[in-house]
Amino acid sequence: MDFKFTPENLERINAEIKKYPKKQSAVMAALYIAQEQNGYITTEVMKEIADILDMHPHDVLGVVTFYTMYHQKPMGKYHIQVCTNVSCMLRGGYDIWNQIKDKLGIDNMQVTQDGKFSLEEVECMGSCGTAPMFAINEDYFENLTKEKVNEILDSLKNTN
Amino acid sequence: MEKIVLPDIKDFHKLEVYLQHGGYSAAKKAFGQSSDDIIDQVKRSGLRGRGGAAFLTGLKWSFMPKTTDKPKYLCVNGDESEPGSFKDRQIFEYNPHQLIEGIIITCYAIGAKVAYIYIRGEYHKWIKLMQKALDDAYAAGYVGEKMKEKFGTDFYCDIYIHKGAGAYICGEESALMNSIEGKRGYPRVKPPFPAQNGLWGCPTTINNVETITNVPPIINKGWEWFASIGEPKHPGTILFGVSGHVNKPGVYELPSGTLLTDIIYNYAGGVPGNKKILCVIPGGSSMPPLRGDQIEGVKMDAESLKAAGSAIGTGGIMVMDEDTDLVKVLARIAHFYHHESCGQCTPCREGTGWLEKILKRLIAGKGSVSDLDLLITVANQIEGNTICALGEAAAWPVKFMVERFRDYFEQRVSKEISLPVANKVHSMRHTAIPVEEIKH
Repeated sequence: MDFKFTPENLERINAEIKKYPKKQSAVMAALYIAQEQNGYITTEVMKEIADILDMHPHDVLGVVTFYTMYHQKPMGKYHIQVCTNVSCMLRGGYDIWNQIKDKLGIDNMQVTQDGKFSLEEVECMGSCGTAPMFAINEDYFENLTKEKVNEILDSLKNTN
Repeated sequence: MEKIVLPDIKDFHKLEVYLQHGGYSAAKKAFGQSSDDIIDQVKRSGLRGRGGAAFLTGLKWSFMPKTTDKPKYLCVNGDESEPGSFKDRQIFEYNPHQLIEGIIITCYAIGAKVAYIYIRGEYHKWIKLMQKALDDAYAAGYVGEKMKEKFGTDFYCDIYIHKGAGAYICGEESALMNSIEGKRGYPRVKPPFPAQNGLWGCPTTINNVETITNVPPIINKGWEWFASIGEPKHPGTILFGVSGHVNKPGVYELPSGTLLTDIIYNYAGGVPGNKKILCVIPGGSSMPPLRGDQIEGVKMDAESLKAAGSAIGTGGIMVMDEDTDLVKVLARIAHFYHHESCGQCTPCREGTGWLEKILKRLIAGKGSVSDLDLLITVANQIEGNTICALGEAAAWPVKFMVERFRDYFEQRVSKEISLPVANKVHSMRHTAIPVEEIKH
């Protein structure tokens, strides 16, 4: 299955390339754009990015596997990232983690059957002063309580 | 007390408000002086890096070669991934223009035409806020080629944001440069140092976001003013992030040298339920933990903390009350460094894994007193034997927590397993004890 960037996304990648003296520096941005368009990073995506940035596909793969925010398999529509690092742990981060695991019936890096939710245990997100927290896709939800977590998850369950 | 980095001014993040309060006047003033003068003023101010190592900023700038055919670069480190640190995001949100102004002054001082602000990928919101401020600054002519006209100088520079993608190690300066180059975030062997051989092999300076944000006020109000704030050897204010078991967690900007107990009990409102403090990590999870009975009289600056047996780090203060399970906390810390080890150096890649395994064995009640010695042995074998400081970051919390809370840890060990050979690391493979019990 071939992968091609949409013309708009290609434009965005070209704008990223202009920030640097060498094309390769745009690889992280290109991967984000690809993930946004395709949902996850496939071999074809890496080949296409390698072509655009004059890289070897293996070097693109090296970048994909090094950074935790690139996914090589589809994640849920709502990707829930729960911090359990020390500052969150001290304020109930693991309670939140277990609550979500039980509620959704999935474990770390798993996706619910309907493809709606996925779960990831993440390292410190810089929310220590507003712990415990999770992020759903790009948004932070802070100072969480059991009730708040239920409320957020229920409201998302009811969306399409 | 005057706040330098996060002033209490409404809408200070907006360009027009920033300008009303003298914004970009420090840059104007700086461009009227020689770059050497600027470096000299920052040197005399005593400003030290706020990213962890507390290195003298002016001295770092002076390492940049004066004569070179190569382009020079500035990297602004906003990777902010140290557990317990959440200060840079406040700057992106509440004071982005002072950061931008600091960047253009720094670029002028070191002769860089391009600066990259490296922001961790998870900070989507703060990247957008920072980009908005940057766009406004560009449009108004405070950044980019229009600077020439705006400031009436020959100098101009460009600023770009580089978004990370989830890797703690990219906060290490050479890993950060590799990441900007579009590579895996592997730290580089030093020397050569970035000032000689940095981004794309060119002279590069890397400074923390908070460090750079201190620069405009130093230029505007003079180095004498800055040097007079707080502790003379580590002057200025520091953004202290207080988290864990306190009533009012948050970021507090206070003069360096403020008492740790003052920060915890007065500013952060003390410990919930008036419980006693068991342990405090004063500078983010990489720094040596202090016992609750060691924090009295400890001042929060690089020199005082060193004397107290820890380090200032990023100023992230993690407070743990008397009911905290320290073994679990330490195992969580060990898991973090194991997860974030880039894997280049064997002592770190393998050692962090062993630290985590041994600590998890203690949690499972299958540990022994000799495991405590083993933890220290493994930590000692990581420390000093790696390319970058992640080795120390992984080793210190384990080594110092086990040493300083020896009695506590010994109580948690349920049964004695003494290993038959003196060299405990190697004996793991040739022991009479069933492997299952050890591996747990």
